[in-house]
Amino acid sequence: MNRNIANSLGLVVLLLIGIGLSLSLGSVSIPIDEVLKILLGISTENSTWEYIIINYRLPKTLTALLIGSGLAISGLLMQTLFRNPLAGPYVLGLSSGASLGVAILLMGAGLFSGIFGEFMFSKWSIILAASLGSILVMLAVLATAQKVKDTMTLLIIGLMVASLTSAVVSVLAYFSNAEELQLYIFWSFGSLGNLAWGEVGLLSLCWCIGLGFALICLKNLNALLLGENYAKSMGVKLNRNRILIILSTSIFAGSATAFAGPIAFVGLAVPHLIRQLVTTNDHKILLPNIIFGGAFLMIICDIIAQLPGSDSTLPINAVTSIFGAPVVIWLLVRKRKLKF
Amino acid sequence: MSSKVKSTPSILTANSLSIGYKDKRETIEIASQINFDIQPGELVALIGINGSGKSTLLKTLSAIIPALTGDVLIDNISISNLQNKDLASKQSLVLTNETVSKQLSVFELVALGRHPYTNWLGHLSQKDLTLVNEAIDQVGLLQNQHKTCDALSDGQFQKVLIARALAQNTPLILMDEPTTHLDMYHKAYVLQLLKSIVKRSQKSILFASHEINLALQLCDKIILIDQGRVTYGTPSELIQKGTFNSLFPKDLIVFDEVSQSFRMKMNTD
Repeated sequence: MNRNIANSLGLVVLLLIGIGLSLSLGSVSIPIDEVLKILLGISTENSTWEYIIINYRLPKTLTALLIGSGLAISGLLMQTLFRNPLAGPYVLGLSSGASLGVAILLMGAGLFSGIFGEFMFSKWSIILAASLGSILVMLAVLATAQKVKDTMTLLIIGLMVASLTSAVVSVLAYFSNAEELQLYIFWSFGSLGNLAWGEVGLLSLCWCIGLGFALICLKNLNALLLGENYAKSMGVKLNRNRILIILSTSIFAGSATAFAGPIAFVGLAVPHLIRQLVTTNDHKILLPNIIFGGAFLMIICDIIAQLPGSDSTLPINAVTSIFGAPVVIWLLVRKRKLKF
Repeated sequence: MSSKVKSTPSILTANSLSIGYKDKRETIEIASQINFDIQPGELVALIGINGSGKSTLLKTLSAIIPALTGDVLIDNISISNLQNKDLASKQSLVLTNETVSKQLSVFELVALGRHPYTNWLGHLSQKDLTLVNEAIDQVGLLQNQHKTCDALSDGQFQKVLIARALAQNTPLILMDEPTTHLDMYHKAYVLQLLKSIVKRSQKSILFASHEINLALQLCDKIILIDQGRVTYGTPSELIQKGTFNSLFPKDLIVFDEVSQSFRMKMNTD
């Protein structure tokens, strides 16, 4: 228990350092004491720095925190629900649904550009298309979950939906011109930095709703660690909890994909990284650690993606995997065991 | 056969129960006309060869699948009228072949048995803590209660699952083959443990098992499923009726009434 508290505190400290670095580093380097002054509302001599922090770095850092922790929570929920270490937010086909929505918007543009005109390529239309895509997939999954009693079947169906949608995206890509294809590919790289304050607000709202659903079934998640039959024998209403868990995951993963593009890896990996650290699978202890851990990982990836000191940025989706995957592999090989 | 007259309050009753699987197209009946009546404090073994329907019967008794016809009564209430949560306070399960997370400490896993009684955060009250500690003590794992289940042997982990059911504090515990994967000593140990539990706490335990020889020595009653027919009685009643003689094909093992156990058939030629 004490070890777990120490671990959480350690994670929080790391996270705070990460937040500090993320606000201070970038194409322009801002000293950390100036960052603090700006955050506390003390006026500084350099109003450019103030502008950069308030309108650019702060929303981006918040986005990283929300998306990192949200994806990590949804990964945890899926792994517990499916009692499968390979599960992550993508298994329900949500990000693929969002991708399909955006692909239809950007690459099927010829079909309805006449109707929407200028609106077509605005940021909001992409967010809207991504949300619609993941909501439709979510509804389909929920309907299936009502019918299919077996959770493993649900997992397979999710994977099928994912490969179906990516096939449709390929077909669209094949028939689209280079310019449209480029737009889509840039979206699929993911980006944390394009959000204005209003969008960050909306993302936080989604995050809170997702967390709310997760908290409602927090206790039952522990019962589900023993499998569905045990959970049922302990009085857990399986269907109700399954739907709450799917809703929570969909809101986290759907909103993340809508605002920042499909971000791989975080949802799958963070729960495993945290389990190496925390000695128990008790969700009351796991959940806060996973929130801190997911947020920290995302912040670090974002700092790397910014290539501090330079003007160019790497696609965030590539950074999470390129820098994250070796870490996970190294950890698992060193510990020789997947704790699940 | 068991009498349907209820002289003492029984904890688990099957009334002309028939079990099996049903879907839109067809109904597969596995066993029918099942009648038994388990009293508080009884240890009952459910015996049958592979594929005889032991698991189906256990699933029906634990409301995982519905009965085809007939009724299951727990505490004289029909199981179909019980909500999950009410059922959870009357019967607990010990299952094999579930993908149970072993990344929990012994204490945490046993404490999950208190799940039906705790608040939405799962906070353990003083009473919960007492019951969890008693359960761990009863299976002899107090020394190991802070160990992660990962680090336990199969036999110890089986005891943890039994302790979880004890912590759920129900008058009835159903177990699906609690002795699989255990060596001969630990099989005997676990069954002996079940015997001491029912004696001490007046709980009733019904367990499916292949350990006929051990069950005959230990159990108060036996439910035997053989080719869709269910026989119920004390071990000596069933032996007298010769029920065991026809359980297996006679080429390899035979039931020896003198030693009241199955024996290998010796090749005499």
